Formats: sequence, structure tokens, C-alpha cells
Amino acid sequence: MTDAEIRALVFDLLAEIAPEAEPQTLGGEEDLREALDLDSMDFLNLVGGLHRRSGRDIPEADYPKLFTLDGIVAYFSA
Amino acid sequence: MTEFRMPSLGADMESGTLVEWRIKPGDRVGSGDVVAVVETQKGAIEVEIFESGVVTELCVREGEEVPVGAVLARLNGAAAEPAAVEPAVAEPTPVEAPAAAPVPALAPERRPPEPKPSEPKPSEPKPSEPPPPVAAPTGRVKVTPVARRRAAERGIDPDRLTGTGVEGSVTLADVEAADAEAAAVPAAPAERTAAPRRGGFDAAEMRRAIAAAMSRSKREIPHYYLAQTIDLGRALAWLAEHNAARTPDRRLLPAVLLLKAAALALREVPQLNGFWEEGAFRPGPGIHVGWAIALRGGGLVAPAIRDTDSRSLDELMEALRDLVARARSGGLRSSELASPTITVTSLGDRGAASVLGVIYPPQVAILGFGRIAERPWVVEGAVVPRPLVDLSLSGDHRAGDGHQGGLLLAAVERLLQEPDKL
Repeated sequence: MTDAEIRALVFDLLAEIAPEAEPQTLGGEEDLREALDLDSMDFLNLVGGLHRRSGRDIPEADYPKLFTLDGIVAYFSA
Repeated sequence: MTEFRMPSLGADMESGTLVEWRIKPGDRVGSGDVVAVVETQKGAIEVEIFESGVVTELCVREGEEVPVGAVLARLNGAAAEPAAVEPAVAEPTPVEAPAAAPVPALAPERRPPEPKPSEPKPSEPKPSEPPPPVAAPTGRVKVTPVARRRAAERGIDPDRLTGTGVEGSVTLADVEAADAEAAAVPAAPAERTAAPRRGGFDAAEMRRAIAAAMSRSKREIPHYYLAQTIDLGRALAWLAEHNAARTPDRRLLPAVLLLKAAALALREVPQLNGFWEEGAFRPGPGIHVGWAIALRGGGLVAPAIRDTDSRSLDELMEALRDLVARARSGGLRSSELASPTITVTSLGDRGAASVLGVIYPPQVAILGFGRIAERPWVVEGAVVPRPLVDLSLSGDHRAGDGHQGGLLLAAVERLLQEPDKL
């Protein structure tokens, strides 16, 4: 996936999880959970969506790498 | 001939707006069917019926607000079935009914949304019209039937509004908001941020409902408070192992272990599971934990998870996922709001360290889990870092005392030391 595709995927998933949020205004290094007020269920749903749409396994130990937009892009372009 | 009436979905509910009929004259209905959507202070609620028969007449039009107890529809040949669910719903009384708990003093998992100080984007000039909280989708504007009708009454063009419903559909709440804003100053954006599916909830209304219930609680219930710190080392190690073999969709959250342990502990101390009514304790008909869920846009509800104690962890995880989604989209059911026998709140991984809850009347207790955090703990004479959680209990002193409460907390702690048995 390209960086742009990964971002589009994240925005797509966040639109379902937090419909009122505006992820496009997010800074790359902002903690998504803080910025969009995601609780642990929301975050798990985000991880679940990333797993389903990318086909990639995401162990729990990797969750902290996915707390920011930049982190997610780096994780999936690696 | 049976009359189906506006149910009471809480001690604080006086009226509701019927926003959508799911039945029409001639339809056959059975106990447990969702027959209507009613908008209350707690949002849009799917109302179930607890009789069966054939619908002969709808007495209230969509969009009409009527008091609790008002006849909504009439059924023919209906013999009331043994209430499968809570009779409080089938036989509404204007006062009591164990109800959806707005449980203030708690902020489970989610703070009330401070409007993010996001700068206005240059590409988006501040509109002179009411600023929509949700980006408008492209293409055709969808308008719910009831919203269209109300808009016509008020002389508003609903197609020009920006909807907050699903896929940007314009809801009744949007029309009312536009109407109010046309007449007065723009409403606070925070009040409009919830994006409910139907009708939605009004944050100011919900705040009033919470205020009414909590004022009554603080006025009438002599609370006692207990707290205990619990070592979750074993529980979380078990959970990590359990989750490692599963895809994210099938993983469990720590909250599920806390919920199940609380429900099993209540089997041992049933005196804290039930209601204080007319000067006496009435035990709950089962352990139906009301799980406090914070809503986007402010406010909270605590719908019941029926028979929490006898469900598997996977089932509870699914139940939580489903309830959270429906609480936020306006799809809770009347039986879920009317049946909790106790409330449990968990602040989650971004919450405060501990919480002392306010009991939701007529319940007699509320359990509160703070944030799980690694802190120093003494194990076999040595100070070691352990994941700990502070659990509190607020109990109704009319129904019992701290000794009982202490037993409940001890049972929760013990159960969490054997996570494989939960």
C-alpha cells in the first residue's frame, strides 16, 4: 500500500468508528486516541479494520506503534 | 382489546416523542417485537411490546410528543403473555422503573468532548448557516420522513440542512436545531456533535435527565463507599495469551474480565443486586448489569446486559461491542434501559485512577473500576511493579451496610485471580 492508500484506509475506518471526528485535521504525530477521543473499544475496532483490510496480522504488542497516523503509515509501509 | 402505552424508561422520564412506527393496522405482533422508535432524553429508543395480537389502531402520529402512559396503539385479541422481560416496560407507571442509568460522576472511557481547537481550514470558510458538526456527504441529501414533515411545518427546506444522521441524513434533531437556530443564537456545537441514527439525543435534554436522577439519588440515598486495589497481573497475563492466538476482531478487552468477575461476585452477595422500592429491598430477577457507556457529545447511558453472570467472555465482548455501537447510534431497546439491576462502570485505559459512583435509583449499588496502571505492589515480601486497578463500591445504606459491600469487593478480587475460570 502507498502512504496515501494507508491514510485513506485509516480515515475510512475512523469515519465509521467516530463519525463526528475530522481525522483529516490530525497531525501525523498526534495520539489518535487523545485527538479523536477513542476508547479501548474504538481502538480495537480500528485495529480490527486495519487487519481485515490489509490482511496483515497485528499482535497486541504492536498496538503502541499504531497510536499515531505516522505510526500506522510506517507500520504498513514496512 | 389491549392498549399499548408510552413506556417509562426511567424514573426521570415524563414524555417521549414517537418518531417512527414499525407497525401498521392489521399487523400481527408478538411479545418482544420492536414496534416503534421513541425519542427520549436519552436518545432514540427502540420500543418493544410485551403483548401479542393484531394492531387495530395507531393512536399517535409520528412526530407527536405524548406523556408516559399515553395510549400509543390498540391491539385486538391480545392476551398479555407472561412477561418474558421486565414488566416495568409493559406496564408503565409514571414513576418508578429501573432505568437506564445516566451515571454522572463517571466518565467511562470518554471525556465529554471538548470541542477540539482545530483551526478553521482555509478551504472551508465559516458558513453563516449553522455549522454542521459532520462533514456533509456528497450527492443527494437524505431526509428522514419525520424530519421532512417537521421541516414542512416550520417552513424549513430540509434539503439545505446538513444532516448528523447516518451517512449525513437529516434527522428530526437537525430540523429542530435549524429551527431553534433560526429563531435564536446558534446552539453550542458540543450539543450537536452526537451523530445518532434516528432522531438522536439532545445533550441539554440528557443533561437534565442525568441531573434529575442524580439529584434524587443524592437526596434520597444514603451512600456508603468502599474501595479496594486489585492486582490484575494474572488476569492480564491470561488475557495476553488468550488474545495472542486470535485476530483483532476476536480479542477480548480487559473490561470484559472485570464485568464478568463483578457479575459472578454478585451471585455471592445478591443483597447488592436489585432495587430499593417503597421502603424495602427487592432482589433483581437476574444479574443484569447496566454497563455505563459515555456518548459522543456528552451524557451517558447504562443499558443492561441480561444475565451477565451466565454469559461467556466471548459473548460478553460481543454484547459490549453491540451495546456501545447502539448506544451511540440511537438503537437501544426499551427493555435494555428498563432492566439493569446494578451499574458497573469502567473508566478504561485513558480514564482517571479511580471513581466513586453515584447510585442510579432505584438500584442499590454501583461498582466502579478505574484505569488499569502499573504501580508498585508487594508480592511475597518484595516490591514489584504490577498492573493494578482500583475498584470502588457505592452502596445504599438503607439496603445494607459496608460489611456486605466488603464481601462483594473481596469476591471480585478473588475471581480475578483465576481468570481461566471466568
